[in-house]
Amino acid sequence: MSLLDIRNVSKIYGELKALDNVSIRVDQGEWVAIMGPSGSGKSTMMNIIGCMDKPTKGQVFLDGIDIAKESSRRLTDIRRDKIGLIFQQFHMVNYLTAVENVMVSQYYHSMPDEAEALEALERVGVRERARHLPSQLSGGEQQRVCVARALINHPELILADEPTGNLDETNENIVLDLFRQLHREGTTLIVVTHDPEVAEAAQRTIVLEHGRLVREVVNEHFVE
Amino acid sequence: MTPRKLPMRNILRHPGRTASLTVLVAFLALSLFSGSVIVMSLMSGLRSLENRLGADLIVVPATSRGKIDPEKIYLQGTTGYYYMSASKLDEVRAMEGVVQASGQVFLASLRADCCSMPIQVIGFDPATDFTIRPWIGERMKTDLGKMEVAAGSRVNAGVNETIRIYGQPCLVAARLDESGTGLDTAVYCTMETMAELLSAAREMNHELKIDGDPAGVVSAIYVKTHPGEADRLAGEIRQTRSPKVTVIQTRTVTSDVERSLGGVSHTIAVLIICVWLLDLVLLTAAFLLLGGERRREFAVLRSLGMSRRDLAYLALKEAALISFFGGMNGIFLGLLILLPFSGLIEQALGLPYLRPGWPTMLALCAASLAAVCAAGPGAALLSARKLSRADIGTIMREGT
Ligand SMILES: Nc1ncnc2c1ncn2[C@@H]1O[C@H](COP(=O)(O)OP(=O)(O)O)[C@@H](O)[C@H]1O
Ligand SMILES: [Mg+2]
Repeated sequence: MSLLDIRNVSKIYGELKALDNVSIRVDQGEWVAIMGPSGSGKSTMMNIIGCMDKPTKGQVFLDGIDIAKESSRRLTDIRRDKIGLIFQQFHMVNYLTAVENVMVSQYYHSMPDEAEALEALERVGVRERARHLPSQLSGGEQQRVCVARALINHPELILADEPTGNLDETNENIVLDLFRQLHREGTTLIVVTHDPEVAEAAQRTIVLEHGRLVREVVNEHFVE
Repeated sequence: MTPRKLPMRNILRHPGRTASLTVLVAFLALSLFSGSVIVMSLMSGLRSLENRLGADLIVVPATSRGKIDPEKIYLQGTTGYYYMSASKLDEVRAMEGVVQASGQVFLASLRADCCSMPIQVIGFDPATDFTIRPWIGERMKTDLGKMEVAAGSRVNAGVNETIRIYGQPCLVAARLDESGTGLDTAVYCTMETMAELLSAAREMNHELKIDGDPAGVVSAIYVKTHPGEADRLAGEIRQTRSPKVTVIQTRTVTSDVERSLGGVSHTIAVLIICVWLLDLVLLTAAFLLLGGERRREFAVLRSLGMSRRDLAYLALKEAALISFFGGMNGIFLGLLILLPFSGLIEQALGLPYLRPGWPTMLALCAASLAAVCAAGPGAALLSARKLSRADIGTIMREGT
């Protein structure tokens, strides 16, 4: 069974169809990239999958539950239990240190555990920056903290919206390597990107244009 | 690190924001608290005065050196040197419509060893007195003996201490409750004691002119009339000669005071309400502005699984902490101003001013704190409500 089964989803803002009758399935453990020009509906799609927004029409089954029908309180629970989010703008809580940012995420999921949070920072290579505030971290470091924060609760699904959009090449590669590790561990990944190199790291690429799914490409160069 | 600690963390990591909000709240608490204390003090001052001076008319010599403001005698207990023959007392007492009439003799000591300022000495007649005895009775079971005095609350002498007035040793037999007027700087004795003091004073101070026997004079006559007779009697007493007298009708004074007290209370009440509303508006604006600045922070926390309820809790706790802290500071400041400067406030207002007792003060503290703590979190909740409705996805996507 697919982890994610999107059926005939539309998102309509007034006249504008941000998503127009899109159907996508993503299997457990799969790594999918979503590409498309600016304004094609990629973020809208991610927000719906991430339980932060609801479609105007259609069904979205996540682990067999139609999240298009759930209450906002249930959506918060689902997001907390199953999903890890990474954004282009990093989005750390600015008055909390790196390790505290990770621990807040642990708290909402289960229980804060500092040792585990530090391990996660170790894994993304910013262990020695654990006690720093976001303002004291570089963009690459912030994004790595966000990756640690997304993976700390071992989510089934990681959603990353342009995760490397604001990173230099070195940091981009670090983040991609982390995604590879997560993929090997069985995490399902959906990554929105402009960057063909980032897309090529995935197993499959879905292309959106004007809110419609126009193409699906299986990546032949994918290395396990 | 748990989200329970987020509010405190946020407060501490934004000292500028915290400080300005705290000052705002402290100002609100200060104005609420001190405003209500002043109003209460004025009211209890007047009430205590009315209770203490149950006279309808006060008769003083018209020639009392021309310097007496009759209202001041009544309101602030300012006395002075002026005397008339006690026969006036008998004359008044015999008039129709008089229920009770009692004389008092005033003497101002230039210097007493107890006090930095001159104290007033007030002699009264225990047999007929109805204004001072009830007050002394609250503190003292037996009557005052010869060369014994009861000291007002602001006279710096303890019970059983001896103070010297014009060289005469007087034993302090009791200390009186505060009245909130100049009467608190006086000591009280019987006519018998007063006669001794007057004789001593006449020898030491040649300015003091008393004709005849010091035991045969009065400075003021306090008159209680039959209901409705005060006006007529006042007129009748004014007609009398040798000496000519001034008659103070306390009802007129009291209602004047009540009127200006009403004015002052009203002004203060309006000010309090304005300040409260202004603060409410400012606080709401501040929290909404902060809310705008914090849209992203809340969206991040929501994306990590924080519920709307958690968000409301976070905003509330933060505002409550700031309100409580600011409120406490404001009230503390209020106490710092109000406690030591009661005397100055009384002088500035020219009205009897009696600070409420501690239970009332504590209740006022609590009420002001509650009012303040309702405004802040109320404003915060409003902005939290708005923010928790905001679309997390949009905020995160905008990255602002
Ligand atoms: N809250 C909204 N209200 C109105 N239009 C929106 C809203 N969110 C997104 N859109 C529009 O939907 C379209 C898709 O946006 P988005 O999903 O952010 O595109 P992408 O991420 O592919 O650049 C854009 O035209 C955008 O302007
Ligand atoms: Mg986008």
